[in-house]
Amino acid sequence: MTAALAIKNLHKVYGNDFVALQGISLEVQPGDFFALLGPNGAGKSTTIGVICSLVRKTSGEVSIFGKDIDQDFSGAKKFLGVVPQEFNFSQFEKVEDILMQQAGFYGLPPAKARIQVDKYLKRLSLWDKRSQPARMLSGGMKRRLMIARALVHEPKLLILDEPTAGVDIELRRSMWDFLREINAAGTTIILTTHYLEEAESLCRNVAIIDEGRIIKNTGVRSLLQELNKEVFVFDAAEPLAQPPALEGLPVKQVDERCFEVEIEKGQSLNGVFDQLSAQDIRVVSMRNKANRLEELFVAMVNANKPENKEAAQ
Amino acid sequence: MSPSEQWVAFSTIVRKEIRRFTRIWVQTLLPPAITMALYFVIFGKLIGSRIGEMGGFDYIQFVVPGLIMMAIITNSYSNVVSSFFSAKFQRSIEELLVSPTPGYVILLGYCIGSMCRGLLVGIVVTCLALAFTDFPMHSWTITVAIVFLTSMLFTLAGFINAVFANTFDDISIVPTFVLTPLTYLGGVFYSIELLSDFWQGVSLFNPVLYMVNTFRYGMLGVSDVNIVGALVGLVVCVIALFAVALHLLNSGKRLRS
Repeated sequence: MTAALAIKNLHKVYGNDFVALQGISLEVQPGDFFALLGPNGAGKSTTIGVICSLVRKTSGEVSIFGKDIDQDFSGAKKFLGVVPQEFNFSQFEKVEDILMQQAGFYGLPPAKARIQVDKYLKRLSLWDKRSQPARMLSGGMKRRLMIARALVHEPKLLILDEPTAGVDIELRRSMWDFLREINAAGTTIILTTHYLEEAESLCRNVAIIDEGRIIKNTGVRSLLQELNKEVFVFDAAEPLAQPPALEGLPVKQVDERCFEVEIEKGQSLNGVFDQLSAQDIRVVSMRNKANRLEELFVAMVNANKPENKEAAQ
Repeated sequence: MSPSEQWVAFSTIVRKEIRRFTRIWVQTLLPPAITMALYFVIFGKLIGSRIGEMGGFDYIQFVVPGLIMMAIITNSYSNVVSSFFSAKFQRSIEELLVSPTPGYVILLGYCIGSMCRGLLVGIVVTCLALAFTDFPMHSWTITVAIVFLTSMLFTLAGFINAVFANTFDDISIVPTFVLTPLTYLGGVFYSIELLSDFWQGVSLFNPVLYMVNTFRYGMLGVSDVNIVGALVGLVVCVIALFAVALHLLNSGKRLRS
């Protein structure tokens, strides 16, 4: 099957000799929901920039649904929709004009463009704002406008560069639902994000990029299986004079009603509850201390640091 | 992109440009009309009546072609330079750069859109001029050809200026320090026959002189320069600037990282 996105040995050196990408190779299959994770400056936005041709690559190959971006520029671009990190539409244009123009840039005749524009104005709850200049929109509406703009020509591959940065929880959740919906309808989605909960919740596959290299490329589930231990936070019904004693498990008291228990992979939680019940400790709630993917991400990025690599050797 | 898709993309850019300058008509269409009306009143009527004839015509008739051409030059240039630089500044140019629209379609779209403003202002100024004087039309063909070529040349120059500009200051330097002196010294208000041999020779290095005089020839049938040479030179310059602008756009210089 032709990959939705195939990147081979991609290098990028900026004019100031800053090496942003050091031979990235990556394949994203059609229909996938793929996360590209990495710390700031890791090379995520440069990679996206090269794919959508806003950044000139130094060497390497990029193809979108089998169309090489160097050999068939127009063909490759037709498959692609991009939602950049920063607002990049004319602040003075009306919302519907921005979408109509975008459809025109992809060669959609006005009648067909109008149907598409109306469809995405409604789907992204921008219909009431269609006649307003873009600068009058709230931050969340501007984000939705950028998503509508990226989708108006029905791309097969949608790339979103931190689409939910700075949006409130309610809007973030509704955007997640929308993205799940269009992915289910067949659109391949690549997402960069700093919210690892977002990647864990939405994506099936993930690549972690650091210092211009892919340090991990796998399924989200198999990545989570690499997690050796998790910390659970327990809330007790009554105040505790001291942390509960749990055989073989490290326990840390956070406050008089709250304590943390570190549990290794394969260990059962039933034993924990049995021991707590034996000590007359009634638990009213329990949760993961941190996002699981976040823990793995931090561990991997730390392990990739030169000083830690040397120490490991 | 198929030819029909390219046509859609091209007409989208042109419509966008026309919508932009008509939306802000108080800034784009009204000022040249007022400025030129003042020129006609002061240089044409008040001072012109004391100057008498120039090139065999009343002074106001002599300056009308130059003033129309001046309006076309400045508006063709300033439209594309401000529009394209604003798109760069707001990063909305990325909408186009990410799309499958070929570079030459983008370039032609911006140029034709800006030419529309230049030509619209030219028509407005011509109508105003008719309120002050009448003038013959020696050759429609030469008049139309020189208007289109001049407008195209300055939209291309404005486009190149916008590509290289980093700040809003950079887009005002060329119009202020290059375009205005060349236009004022390009035979808009006088025939170079009035100058000494030395300054006549210097004036021949001013490209605007050829455009103004060819346009004046089209309207009045008088000129200080060789018309065929001027038209051929202009075509060569348009082709050269188009090639430079297209190279800049396709290579992504100053537009892509």
